Amino acid sequence: MVETMTIKEPMDALVDNLQVEPPKKTLIEARNVDVFYGNFQALKNINITIEENSVTAFIGPSGCGKSTFLRCFNRMNDYIDEFSIKGEVLIDSKKIYWRNVAVEELRKEVGMVFQKPNPFPKSIFDNVAYGLKIQGIKDKTFLEERVVKSLKDVALWDEVKDELKKSALALSGGQQQRLCIARTLAVKPKIILMDEPTSALDPISTAKIEELMFELKKEYTIVIVTHNMQQAGRISDKTAFFYMGDLVEYGETKQIFTNPKKERTQNYITGRFG
Amino acid sequence: MKNGVQNDSFFKMKFSEKIIVTLLKFAASITILTTIGIIMVLLFETINFFKEVSFWDFITDKEWTPLFAQKHFGILPLVTGTLLTTFIAIAVALPVGLTIAIYLNMYAPKGFRKIFKPLLEVLAAVPTVVYGFFALTVVTPFLQSIYPDLAGFNALSAGIVMGIMIIPFVSSLSEDALYAVPKTLKEAAFGMGSTRFQTSFKVMVPAASSGIMVSIILAISRAIGETMIVAIAAGQQPRFGFDPTVPIETITAYIVQVSMGDVPHGSLEYRTIFAAGITLFVFTFVLNSVSFWIKKRYQEKYD
Amino acid sequence: MTNAQKNRIIDKSFQVFGIVCTFFGLAILAILLYNIVIQGAARIDWDFLKDLPSRRPQKAGIYTAVMGTIWILVLTTMIAFPIGVGAGIYLEEYAKKTKLASLLEINIANLAGVPSIIYGLLGLEIFVRIFGLGGSVLAGSLTLSLLILPIIIVATREALKAVPSSIKDASMALGASKWQTIWNQTLPASIGGVLTGVILAISRAIGETAPLIVVGALAYVPFAPSSPMDEFTVMPIQIFNWVSRPQHGFAVNASAAIIVLLLITFMMNGIAVYFRNKWQKKIKW
Repeated sequence: MVETMTIKEPMDALVDNLQVEPPKKTLIEARNVDVFYGNFQALKNINITIEENSVTAFIGPSGCGKSTFLRCFNRMNDYIDEFSIKGEVLIDSKKIYWRNVAVEELRKEVGMVFQKPNPFPKSIFDNVAYGLKIQGIKDKTFLEERVVKSLKDVALWDEVKDELKKSALALSGGQQQRLCIARTLAVKPKIILMDEPTSALDPISTAKIEELMFELKKEYTIVIVTHNMQQAGRISDKTAFFYMGDLVEYGETKQIFTNPKKERTQNYITGRFG
Repeated sequence: MKNGVQNDSFFKMKFSEKIIVTLLKFAASITILTTIGIIMVLLFETINFFKEVSFWDFITDKEWTPLFAQKHFGILPLVTGTLLTTFIAIAVALPVGLTIAIYLNMYAPKGFRKIFKPLLEVLAAVPTVVYGFFALTVVTPFLQSIYPDLAGFNALSAGIVMGIMIIPFVSSLSEDALYAVPKTLKEAAFGMGSTRFQTSFKVMVPAASSGIMVSIILAISRAIGETMIVAIAAGQQPRFGFDPTVPIETITAYIVQVSMGDVPHGSLEYRTIFAAGITLFVFTFVLNSVSFWIKKRYQEKYD
Repeated sequence: MTNAQKNRIIDKSFQVFGIVCTFFGLAILAILLYNIVIQGAARIDWDFLKDLPSRRPQKAGIYTAVMGTIWILVLTTMIAFPIGVGAGIYLEEYAKKTKLASLLEINIANLAGVPSIIYGLLGLEIFVRIFGLGGSVLAGSLTLSLLILPIIIVATREALKAVPSSIKDASMALGASKWQTIWNQTLPASIGGVLTGVILAISRAIGETAPLIVVGALAYVPFAPSSPMDEFTVMPIQIFNWVSRPQHGFAVNASAAIIVLLLITFMMNGIAVYFRNKWQKKIKW
């Protein structure tokens, strides 16, 4: 025991001794983030911390800045003309808007699933293997293992195992979206950003993806933008409500939905606007 | 390092990627070098040309005889020859091309348009030397059977054939412009009881006017720069005037005529083709710039 | 006659005029082809294709011209394809909306409108004189490459533009770099459009006469070129040469050569159209 004490960090030791759940680690942090599109300010002084292995939902009316904010975590806003950002975004305590950061490496850590399923016009296998192949991985057995694992993780394996060579475009919308999630998982990111991932899907496919998120949260940290209030309530641990570029309220989902502190949140949640 | 996010490649754009971008940029900049090259080459030889020939003579003398003993260096005969053939070509291509565009857009069944638009574009894919041969051996004899005084080489025949060649420039681009007019405009006109003809000329053509203008300007520019048809069928006699029935010479045909012969580099004769070339370049440059300007303005209007 | 009746008559008349105009263009094309085939088809035989040029029309063939055209075709493709597609990629994917990009765009639009004979003057001074290439196949190919670059660039940009951004986003979000995304997603998805543009541009180059005359391609070349530095002639110049001769036999030769040239041109256009259709059918999002 004494020996282990010496090599363990003091905090870990303490945790071991007390036999309680360790406090979750902060994985994403935004400090005083302002985002502008030209002269238009899309986000105003946002501060937020998101913990590991949690599901966080961003809600708010259209144009409130929630998607913009989500895309700050993997720098997908970089390609928008006149986009500029102030403040700091930290992933795993690293400033991702530092000028020497290679966004490609960042995005291997922070995956993204889009609103509309967007499989590549390639085979199912090639879709899932794509992220690994571009990293220069050529080992066939490794690729196969990873593809199979990823497809199993999204519960797509049984449906497609006999037709991995088939074009991904032949799958149904719900299958395509699960394929897109599998494609993201194959790279083994820490964080998965989901930008209204079920808004283009039917209720059954939506339910499957929601189930999936419960599973995924054990290994990944998920941030989801959604228009669907019930969805946010069902799946998320924490909820952030955005309005006109402001982060109005952020807290435990239960608290936000049952006992919001701000009147604006209350109005939105009860459907009085938005 | 322990979290895996931070490794060596986290901090730098891949070197190979930088090389690729540099190569791509170089490829793109070749187009700039081309323009600079054209202007430099034309200017350089033209300046040398004007060391021996007065600029005033060049733009006022009505004779162009640099290859004769009695030398004259007036560009006007080549300019009138060029304008004459261009005028004839546009007189053919504009009414025919525009009518086709309106017909395909407003009258023809959908399938018809889909088949005939590309079919007409075949006209522009035929090499110009073929048209030259056609003008000389088919069109000129045909015109002579109507008007026996027509010379064997003449501006009329060359101009008409050139006009046929550029029909698709006018028809396709104008049709594109008509196609881009919002459907609601057309429906509004029909809704008020207009015929297709009235809708075409009172609503569609005005609405698409900038696009149609662009197509016409490009056709003119193309006709001015066209070489082989006039070199084969219009003759090699620089002549100041606008008589379409006699042999003439255009700027382009003159350049070909000199290039076919054996003119030593650095001689005055050699430089005449650059002086002629810069004149041609200025004409087409102005036309292209005007069309580009119209296009830009029109794009902004609809976006 | 009422106003409405009058309007209807005008409307109908214009419809008839429209049909007449459409078929006028095609009728001319038919007459042109008919005349050439009638005159030249009988002249085409194996000897015509493999004979060297000659003073006597019955003995003259197009072998050197065909070989010259093939040399020009291959070299021009090798030069213009990578440069044109590369420039198109740069403009569409990297330099969008920068000052340099708008300058390049104006410049390319202008270059596309520069008469081909001006390119000949450029080639004559730069490639033939300054680079010292003389009237060689290489000088001709370089000149034609510059001529068709704008066409290839514009076609490449159009094709790249048609690829939906959702595919590029997905690739980027998986950690692909910009170039990896272009190479693995955007280019494969747009290759049909790119190839269509390239083939059309090359077919334009094959039909060009004037710029090659200016750079010094010869009307009479006794042998086919065997290296890029050799003198050459091409089919359009051979045709031009025969057209300018008085004897009827040469007009027949010209017709025969035109048939061969048109076959090549139409074949390339056909291939281009095939690529375009195939590509449009294959990729649907």
